[in-house]
Amino acid sequence: MKNIERLKEIAAKIRKELFITVYKGGGGHIGGALSSVEIMTALYFGNILKYDSTHPDNADRDRFILSKGHSSTLLYTVLANAGFITRDELRTYGKPDTRLGGHPKINDVPGIEATTGALGHGICFATGIALAGKIDKKNRRTYVLLGDGECQEGSVWEAALFAAHQKLGNLTAIVDYNKLQAMDRLDNIVKLDSLADKWKSFGWDVAETPGHDIEKLLDALDVNRPFDGAPRVVIAHTIKGKGISFMENQPLWHYRLPDMEELKIVMAELEISNEELS
Amino acid sequence: MRDAYLSALHRLAGENKDVLALISDNGAIVYDRFRRDFPEQYFNYGISEANMVASAAGLASCGKLPFAYTITNFLTMRAFEFIRNDVCLQEMNVKLVGTGAGFSYSTLGPTHHGTEDIALMRVLPNITIVCPASPRETYKATLACAALVGPTYLRLGTSKEPEIYENDYDFVIGKGIVLKEGTDATIIATGSITHDALAAAEELQKNGVSVKVVNIHTIKPIDTGLIVECARTTGAIITLEEHNINGGLGGAVAETLLDNGCNPVFMRMGLIDNFCTGYGSRPDVKKMNGLSPDHIIAKIREAIAQKRLRNSKAQ
Repeated sequence: MKNIERLKEIAAKIRKELFITVYKGGGGHIGGALSSVEIMTALYFGNILKYDSTHPDNADRDRFILSKGHSSTLLYTVLANAGFITRDELRTYGKPDTRLGGHPKINDVPGIEATTGALGHGICFATGIALAGKIDKKNRRTYVLLGDGECQEGSVWEAALFAAHQKLGNLTAIVDYNKLQAMDRLDNIVKLDSLADKWKSFGWDVAETPGHDIEKLLDALDVNRPFDGAPRVVIAHTIKGKGISFMENQPLWHYRLPDMEELKIVMAELEISNEELS
Repeated sequence: MRDAYLSALHRLAGENKDVLALISDNGAIVYDRFRRDFPEQYFNYGISEANMVASAAGLASCGKLPFAYTITNFLTMRAFEFIRNDVCLQEMNVKLVGTGAGFSYSTLGPTHHGTEDIALMRVLPNITIVCPASPRETYKATLACAALVGPTYLRLGTSKEPEIYENDYDFVIGKGIVLKEGTDATIIATGSITHDALAAAEELQKNGVSVKVVNIHTIKPIDTGLIVECARTTGAIITLEEHNINGGLGGAVAETLLDNGCNPVFMRMGLIDNFCTGYGSRPDVKKMNGLSPDHIIAKIREAIAQKRLRNSKAQ
């Protein structure tokens, strides 16, 4: 229980630092980044993902692929908290000469495993990493975080078919199922009815969980699963814009910066001081 | 060409267990020997080119040497953004192999004719593009692509391409090959139609016309030195390809000439901003699309006539 409390504190800290990063950097895809905070906290700080930030190229590390690359600001914030980059570097986001762009790029920053941003790529790339691990009989895992809107891309389902056929049990996909995409609710654009059934019918082992409950996320991300067998997908039911009241469930906040009035609300809700924003 | 490729791939797979053959459910019987001898190095991705290409990049990121093989159009067009982002942008050591270049699938129609793939690949940074002219060259090109670290696109025909090399020779990526010396004009070709360029030049030789024949097997990086030298020494350049002249070999040579201050008589042979029309054998389809040996001979004569006219005006 104590561990969960610690993780909740980390998530709160990450959410706050994420907002500061986006705000000071002049913009970013804030809504979807906020909805993935607990997922990323569970992965990086809940003993799920095996990594060593002092040796980021260790061949036996687990890999994390941010298929929803537009949440790069969250990834950078997590990497800063995990020791891959410094907080000073995190503050360079969005500034000239930064290594931290609006979408993650491999080799630019330690801890970034793939260049993503175009949707429907990361999970395909991840099938190759998982297959290499299986060929080499390595006990390493690959985790890939997808957006729900991203699941409208056909290539996601090409990868899903292939991973199941090859029994890539070392591959875990997580869908940040916040039910919103850039312009509206998925239901009003192209709906993803019965998402769990879809993945199940593609041969995946499905775990559905509330996406802001770290304890349940840790169970769903089960690190004791066999390396061979059905790949797992964790469908994490989340809230886009989670943690900032006026952003929650609002498509408008896919990509936007708050005005001064809205900023006051954010500062109160995330306990951000004037100094931290200056 | 396909057999030569598979023969080289077989050798590579035997030497290095990281060499993987990825296919997208085409190549039926031709992969049988590979599958039998290296079952653990063979993966059929099914009909899903995008996933195959990005997955190949993922494999390469873990030190594997994947050869991702399918029909040129399905590879370079269906999976274009995956080649761009996952392979080229990330500089992954992926070997893309397209079969069915040009009109190789003669009777199968334009959906299967690879006539824009060079242009698409040529615009991408970090990629090396190799279009071998014969089976012997395909074998050498496959080994050379494997030895080169970085993204490569190997553009192959199918099964019936004629051999143009009688003897062994040195194949170096980026270095064009002079197949025949000549002084009146140069025909620069790529891929298996290079055979027709050579045949046309030999036919013209009988009539006292001296045509230089150059095989540009590497489209990128292109052999600038050789192209410039041909322009300066023969004064007339004809390019020949089973591909749209826009952005293909013709486009690449045109850019090379102008970038280097050359202004020879210049003509491009290939598809003139259209799709391939007609069905039949490969020679039939070439003929219907203005690329028969007779068409080549006529174009060379036209270029030489223009050169003479230009020279006479200059005097």
